[in-house]
Amino acid sequence: MLHFERWKIIAIILTVLTGIMFALPNFVSKQTLAGWPDFLPKRQMPLGLDLQGGAHLLLSIDQEEIRKDWLQGVQDAARANLREAKIGFSGIGVDGGAVKVTLVKPEDAARAETELKKLISPVGNAVLGTAGTDLEVAKSGDNQFTIKPTPQGFDQRLTNATTASIETVNRRVNALGTAESTVVRQGKDRILVQFPGLSDTRQLKDLIGQTAKLSFHAVHPSLSPEEARATRIPLGYKIYASTDTERGGPAEYLLQETSIVPGDDLEDAQPGFDQRTTEPIISFRFNTSGARRFGKYTQDNVGRPFAIMLDDKVISAPVIREAILGGTGQISGNFSVETANNLAIQLRSGALPAKLTVVEERTVGPSLGADSIAAGMRAGIIGLGAALIMTVIAYGTFGVYAVIGLLVHGILILALMSAIGTTLTLPGIAGFVLTIAMAVDANVLIYERIREELRAGKTAIAAIDMGFQRAFVTILDSQLTTFVAALIMFWLGSGPIRGFAVTLSLGIITSVFAAVTITRLLAAMWLKNAKTSKSRTLQVPI
Amino acid sequence: MFLVPDFKGYDFFPHGTRLNFMKFKDVCFFASLALMAISLALIFTKGFNYGVDFKGGAMIEVRSTQGDADIAALRTKIGALGLGDVQIQSFGTPQDALIRIEEQPGGEQAQQDALKKVQGVLGDGFEQRRVEIVGPAVSSELRRTGTIAVLASIVAIMMYVWFRFEWQFAVGTLVALAHDVLVTAGIFSLFQMEFDLSIVAALLTILGYSVNDTVVVADRIRENLRKYKRMDLTELLNLSINETLSRTILTGVTTIVVLVALFFLGGAVIHNFTFAMLFGVLIGTYSSIFIGAPILEYLGVKRETVVGTEAKTAG
Repeated sequence: MLHFERWKIIAIILTVLTGIMFALPNFVSKQTLAGWPDFLPKRQMPLGLDLQGGAHLLLSIDQEEIRKDWLQGVQDAARANLREAKIGFSGIGVDGGAVKVTLVKPEDAARAETELKKLISPVGNAVLGTAGTDLEVAKSGDNQFTIKPTPQGFDQRLTNATTASIETVNRRVNALGTAESTVVRQGKDRILVQFPGLSDTRQLKDLIGQTAKLSFHAVHPSLSPEEARATRIPLGYKIYASTDTERGGPAEYLLQETSIVPGDDLEDAQPGFDQRTTEPIISFRFNTSGARRFGKYTQDNVGRPFAIMLDDKVISAPVIREAILGGTGQISGNFSVETANNLAIQLRSGALPAKLTVVEERTVGPSLGADSIAAGMRAGIIGLGAALIMTVIAYGTFGVYAVIGLLVHGILILALMSAIGTTLTLPGIAGFVLTIAMAVDANVLIYERIREELRAGKTAIAAIDMGFQRAFVTILDSQLTTFVAALIMFWLGSGPIRGFAVTLSLGIITSVFAAVTITRLLAAMWLKNAKTSKSRTLQVPI
Repeated sequence: MFLVPDFKGYDFFPHGTRLNFMKFKDVCFFASLALMAISLALIFTKGFNYGVDFKGGAMIEVRSTQGDADIAALRTKIGALGLGDVQIQSFGTPQDALIRIEEQPGGEQAQQDALKKVQGVLGDGFEQRRVEIVGPAVSSELRRTGTIAVLASIVAIMMYVWFRFEWQFAVGTLVALAHDVLVTAGIFSLFQMEFDLSIVAALLTILGYSVNDTVVVADRIRENLRKYKRMDLTELLNLSINETLSRTILTGVTTIVVLVALFFLGGAVIHNFTFAMLFGVLIGTYSSIFIGAPILEYLGVKRETVVGTEAKTAG
């Protein structure tokens, strides 16, 4: 155990030097770092949100809304297909998570089935054997069909909706500032937003809490909502609530369900002020196809009102004074400066496929973060110092070797965390401090064993050799079991637990390396030196 | 070597001690069983004072921008909002206050609405230091994964010990670990200390530390079983515990010193966490001596199997 080949010594020294190189950037400021030559590692260990301050929001997408929208779309498509094939139907509607179609004549059933089956598209991966379809069409009676989404199909919808939401959320969050925010998927239907440096999340939540689906609709030329309700709501029309009542508008509108121009055709939106009334407004611009459609509609309907809807609520219903051919316009809708600003950001970023709800929020203000770093560092340094002093008192010269090993352990764990880019959290600091205790334990095991062997009358060489050899098995067993616990923490844990698990597992690796390699090398060097210089009665300084 | 002069360390411990630990084994064993039973009873009757992680709801840490935080005024103001069970306490320094609001009925959005109300009442006199809101979906998930994490760790560690030693050792480890986790959890239940995600992390680390201790003793027992072929088992267990005693105490003291530093200096946020660790290290050390080893006697380790199968690995 005490013989080191030359290449091994070189490898150990290289490991330590590499460790120092990677650990070093953490001790200098960012400005100094920028001046360093490119070949040196420059990565600093990123600080977790609990240390630098910031917001952590876990969002969940509204599954029911996605299902509802999908079924609505399927219903529209089924209606269109049947009409095109000139198949008469007496009823079509969404019922119990499926679309139900009732035909006028049972003879049409076969043709209708072919038409309805055109709506089905394949999902999954044929190679992996997970292929299937997104919808199932089943005959549920003589003249009745049920179109039902498959679980697979819905999963795909959900995944796609989440992906689309991530992009939109990212654009909205970026509008708040240039900080290094991250937006990532978590599971099938969740999105994690992390925003360092942000401690007031109100605006952030306002921005991502609204789907912001904008659309333009024709108002029914003659009927009022009350009249329509009293008689019969015309086909293709629907009554919508309005939020524009404060400025004297009606509470409800009877609008055409299909929009004149969908919100997707919006290219830009900016907050501004109306030149006459000085109230906050939003000016917008359509893309080419949107501008063409909007231009044609306004040309044909001068003098009539149209409604601007946001998330299925009318925000204003202006009268068309003249044809708007340039594709630009402005919305006034009882906005405050803040809401106009937010809405402009939302419109620019595009609509969300469904509503997002905050299911978990963790925000740390910058002052608490700074306090935590200071407290963690202070505790760490004092704890470390005490452990090191105890080691030197208990084990003399060999204790000093152990301390050198512990310092290498500290450097290596810093280097590993910087190189991998693991974030340092407050539990992470606690984990680090704990690994120091465990690293000390490895040395205690070895040295107590050496003492035991010496007491048993073994020579210095034999005792040291035996100590390292015997203790190694124990160290491995005891550290591996802790490692198992750490891995399980990492696998199952979220946020804070993960940070702790990462430092703990990295610390176990580096502490074993430090104890069985660095300390052993130093002990071997001592032995070599002592053998050549001193007499036969060798005293181990332990 | 050249730079460090040779000097001997101070050997704190008398060696060759023959303290009769096994004499207390029955008393300790049944005391431990009783403690476990009491802890279980406490957990089932009194339950835990769950933090927002597991119970859902909101926690807001605020710092007054003008002088000390007026807890009483905060209580009246926030109490008037009708948010159900609201706890307000001073936290860390006199300027700081911690506001806890129970989970609001009405799903995820209701938690956010409650926060908005509280923020409205707080106004500009307070700086928000920390906000934690956990909705019903996430809190139930965290409860589940937390339980699984602790159970899975115990099973995984037991499997490892079984693989490396004999089944009797695995059973000893299992009982010792269950003891440590239960009694620590029992303390949290008894004093109604806040039990959150970080306490689960502490429990898992206690598992790691306790098994560390148990394995060191087990390792020595195995070695001695091979070395002293004719020694009486009780005597042999006693010897093994005594031989590893200096290490057990030195490591324990070092760990405790480090944890005490964290407890007093690490800040209020990790206070409960370090408390759990401190307690766990003590109980973990106790359990490896008074539970892990005696169980081997109750179960009767067969010398032949240990010597036979493990002769190579432990060299």
